[in-house]
Amino acid sequence: MTDITEEEIERTFERLTADAKRSGYNLNPDEEFTKELVESLLINGKRYGYWACPCRLADGVKDEDLDLICPCDYRDVDVEEFGACYCALYVDKEIASGGKDAKPIPDRRPERDERAQFKAASAGSSGKAELAYPVWRCRVCGYLCAREEPPGICPICKAGKERFDRFM
Amino acid sequence: MEYEHVDGKDKGKIVLYALSTCVWCRRTKKLLGELGVAYDFVFVDRKSGEEREAYKDEIRKHNPRCSYPTLVLNDERCIVGYQDIEIREALSG
Repeated sequence: MTDITEEEIERTFERLTADAKRSGYNLNPDEEFTKELVESLLINGKRYGYWACPCRLADGVKDEDLDLICPCDYRDVDVEEFGACYCALYVDKEIASGGKDAKPIPDRRPERDERAQFKAASAGSSGKAELAYPVWRCRVCGYLCAREEPPGICPICKAGKERFDRFM
Repeated sequence: MEYEHVDGKDKGKIVLYALSTCVWCRRTKKLLGELGVAYDFVFVDRKSGEEREAYKDEIRKHNPRCSYPTLVLNDERCIVGYQDIEIREALSG
């Protein structure tokens, strides 16, 4: 059913592992589990054109799915609270070192209507301070930068430009 | 609505709503296989349009968050997520 090759999975797995390490994140140490997730991400990449979370139902319209493109907007808080993100691709130090297993966790993604409300609220909340540059915040990892436009790719978590909000 | 059927021991009506890409859904299927029970399942991500919405409405009746996997036993009990121990307890013996 899938035309994803072993080589693609391997290559992507290695890139994600290196990226995670470099920016202070950890992939699930269960390599078999993690590679299944990588394959699913590659399948979704082909299917939707972006890496929608394999464990949530993507809409197929990118604007509706932005918050669940891996790494999703909920990863950091879930790793903090439960030790793993929703699909368990990313885990905390304890799980990464084998001290504990990743467990399924509840989905904190708001329903569609609630998401629309949050979006409207955050759009109207940017401050009116006189700044030399606007400040942009990455919704995935919280990275802040002051510049005319958000970066094309978040230097910390690699999320795309469309996942930044004006913060100040 | 169409479901795929897996043969096994009759433990009542068991329906699994899953995503084909979800690793927790895969584990749940594997566990049902290990328990050897008969069940119906559907990969909701492989459905589209109105058909997909119909499955989602069905899931919401039991699990308002509409998350996956959702396992429904005899139209009354609902187990959300890969709950290894809970599923074993509900279906073994």
